[in-house]
Amino acid sequence: MRYLLGRTLHAVFLLFGVSLLTFLFSALTPGNYFDEMRLNPQISRETVAALRAQYQLDRPLPVRYAHWLNAVAHGELGFSFAYNSPVGPLLWVRARNTLLLTITATLLAWLLALPLGVWSASRFGRAPDRVLSWTTATLLVIPDLVLALGLLILAVRTGWFPTGGLASVGFENLSPLHKLRDLASHLALPVAALVLTTLPMLVRHVRASVAEVLDAPFLRAAVGHGIPHRKLLYGYALRAAANPLISLFGFSVGTLVSGSLLVEVVMSWPGLGPLLLEAILARDLYVVIGGVLLSMIFLVSGNLFADVLLYWSDPRIRIAASAK
Amino acid sequence: MTPPRRLTRWLVALVVLHCVVAGAGFFAPYDPVEQDRDHPYLPPMRVHLMDVQHHFHSRPFFYPLRLREGSFDQYQEDTAAAVPLHFFIRGADYPLLGFLPSRAHLFGTDGTRIYLLGSDAYGRDQLSRILFGGQVSLLAGLLGAGVTLSLGALIGLAAGYYGGWRDDLLMRTAELFLALPWLYLLFALRAFLPLTVSPLEAFLLVVVVIGMVGWARPARLVRGVVLSVKERDFVRAARGFGASDMYLLRRHILPETASVLLTQAAILVPQFVLAEMTLSFLGLGVPEPTASWGNLLASLQQYSVLVSYWWMYLPALAIVPFFLGYLGLASALQQRAGTYKIDEQSSWSPT
Repeated sequence: MRYLLGRTLHAVFLLFGVSLLTFLFSALTPGNYFDEMRLNPQISRETVAALRAQYQLDRPLPVRYAHWLNAVAHGELGFSFAYNSPVGPLLWVRARNTLLLTITATLLAWLLALPLGVWSASRFGRAPDRVLSWTTATLLVIPDLVLALGLLILAVRTGWFPTGGLASVGFENLSPLHKLRDLASHLALPVAALVLTTLPMLVRHVRASVAEVLDAPFLRAAVGHGIPHRKLLYGYALRAAANPLISLFGFSVGTLVSGSLLVEVVMSWPGLGPLLLEAILARDLYVVIGGVLLSMIFLVSGNLFADVLLYWSDPRIRIAASAK
Repeated sequence: MTPPRRLTRWLVALVVLHCVVAGAGFFAPYDPVEQDRDHPYLPPMRVHLMDVQHHFHSRPFFYPLRLREGSFDQYQEDTAAAVPLHFFIRGADYPLLGFLPSRAHLFGTDGTRIYLLGSDAYGRDQLSRILFGGQVSLLAGLLGAGVTLSLGALIGLAAGYYGGWRDDLLMRTAELFLALPWLYLLFALRAFLPLTVSPLEAFLLVVVVIGMVGWARPARLVRGVVLSVKERDFVRAARGFGASDMYLLRRHILPETASVLLTQAAILVPQFVLAEMTLSFLGLGVPEPTASWGNLLASLQQYSVLVSYWWMYLPALAIVPFFLGYLGLASALQQRAGTYKIDEQSSWSPT
C-alpha cells in the first residue's frame, strides 16, 4: 500500500509541476486573445479592458495561478475566450471522440503485437522472424506525418474510405447497425495510421523480451517436461517476459489522449488535436493549458496504472515493497 | 558485417545525402521561389531516350505538356516538339553552400521549363523546392539537436558532478519534461511565442523551440556517465594533483560522455527534422515563400489538392532516406558502444 501511495504522491507532484510550467510559459507570451480584439475599431478600449478584467488577465501571474488552481479544485478548467464557454465541457466532447479513436487503435495494436511478437521470438533468427523484422524496420523509418498523408491520398484516390469527420451526413436517421458500419468506416483510416505507427515498436518490444526469456533455464526444463509449445509460449514465456511489456502498456494507456494529435489534424477527426491547434492559433490560453493538463493527467495515470499492474502481477515487487 | 564497417557505411550514405541537400542550388534546375503562373499544378514530366518514332537519342529529352482537348486540368505530352536536356548548364543565380555565388546547374533546358516532380499552385518547380526545403528542415534539425545536446550535456554535467540539491532539482525538472508528450510540449511552447514573424525569425524560433523540448533524456544519460566517471582513479588522481572543477569537467569528464552524446545526436536529428516538418505543416513554423519539407506538404490540407495533384505528396518521401540513414547510424553507434537496446528511442517518440 505504501508503494502505491508513494507513486500517487509522485504523480500529483508531476501534475502540479506541469501546470506551473505551462503557466510560466504563458506568462512569457507576448500578446493574448484580446490583442486581436483591440485592433477591431468597433470594440471600444473600455470594453477590452473590462473583458480583460473579467478574465483577470490584468492581475499578476501568481494571483492568476492561484485563482486557476482554485477553479480546478472545483472541477473547472477556466474559460475559453474564443468559444465563450467553460473549457471543461469543451474539452470533454472532443476528448470522447479522441478516446473512441485511440482506444480502438491501442487495443488493435496490442492484440496484433502480442501474437506477432511471440511468434517472431519463437522463430528467432529464422526466415519468418527476419521477414517480420524487416517489415517492422521499414515501418519504423516512415514518420507518422508521411504515413498519415500517404494513407489519406490512397483513400481519396481509391474512394474506399471516407476522409475526414466522424460520421456521414444524416447519421441520426440510420439504423443502429448502419450507424455502427458508418462509424467503423470513418474510423478505419485514422485507426490504420495509428496502428501502423505504434505496431512496429510494440512488436519489437514483445519479440525482444520474449526472446530473452526463451533462453532461460526454466523454459528449457519446461520443454524437457514435454509441455505443449503453445502453452509454453503464452503461459510461461509471455508471463515471465511481462514486466517491461506492462510498463509499455501503461505508457500506451497514458498516451491515449495525446498520441493521436497529429493524425487527428491530418485526417480531420473531430478530437482534441484540431481543437488544440485552433486554440493555439487563436491564443485561447485556458484551452491550451486545459488540453496539456488533460493529456498529462492521462499520462500520469497511465504510468500509475502500470505500477499497479506490476504490483499485482509480479510477486517480487510486492515483497520488495512490503519489506521496505 | 563488423560494427565499424557498418558504421562507416551508414556515415557515408548520410554524408552523400546531406551533400545533395547542401548543394541544392547545383542539383536543382531552378530558383525555388521563381513562379511560372501559366503552368500551375503540372504533373511530373518524363525524361525520354526514345522518341515516338522509336528512334534512339543519345541526349535525353522531354516533351512539353499541353492541355488535352476539351479539358482544363488534364495534360498530355506534346510529341511535336521535343526539348533536349542540357547538363552542366548556366541558369539561375544561387549562393553555393550559402555564400559562393554560382550559376552552374547539373541539368536544365534552353527554353521550356522542365518539371521532373511537377509544379505547385504558382508554377514553382517541386524538385527545386524539395531540395532547397531540405536545407531549411535539415538545418533546423541539426541546429535543434545542437541546442538540445549542449543544454543536456551542461545540465547533465552539473547534476552529476555537483550532486546534492542541484542534482535533485535538475533531475525532477527533467522528469517533468520527459513525462510531457513531446508534440504537446512543442505545441505549448510554440503557442506562447509570437505567430506572425519573418521567415528567418520563424526559423530561429523553431530551432529554439525544438531545442528546448528534448534536453531531458541526454541530460539524464550524461548524468549517469558523469556519476560513474567522477569516481574513477584517473579523475581522483587529477583532483589530488589540484585540478580545478572546470578543468576536470572539461578535460576528463566531458570526453567520456562523447559516445552517449553521439548516439543521442543520431537519434535526435531525424526526430527534430520531423518536428520542424510537423510545425511547418500545421502553419506554426517556417512560412511561405521559403520552402521547407513541412510547409511544402501544407497544401495537402486542401481537399482539392489531395484529390487531383498526387505529386504534391512527394516532398513527404524526401525525409524517408534520411530517417533510414540516421536510424542505421544510431543502431550502429549503440552496437559499438555495446549498449544495444531497441527501446532507447521508443520512450522519446510516443507518436
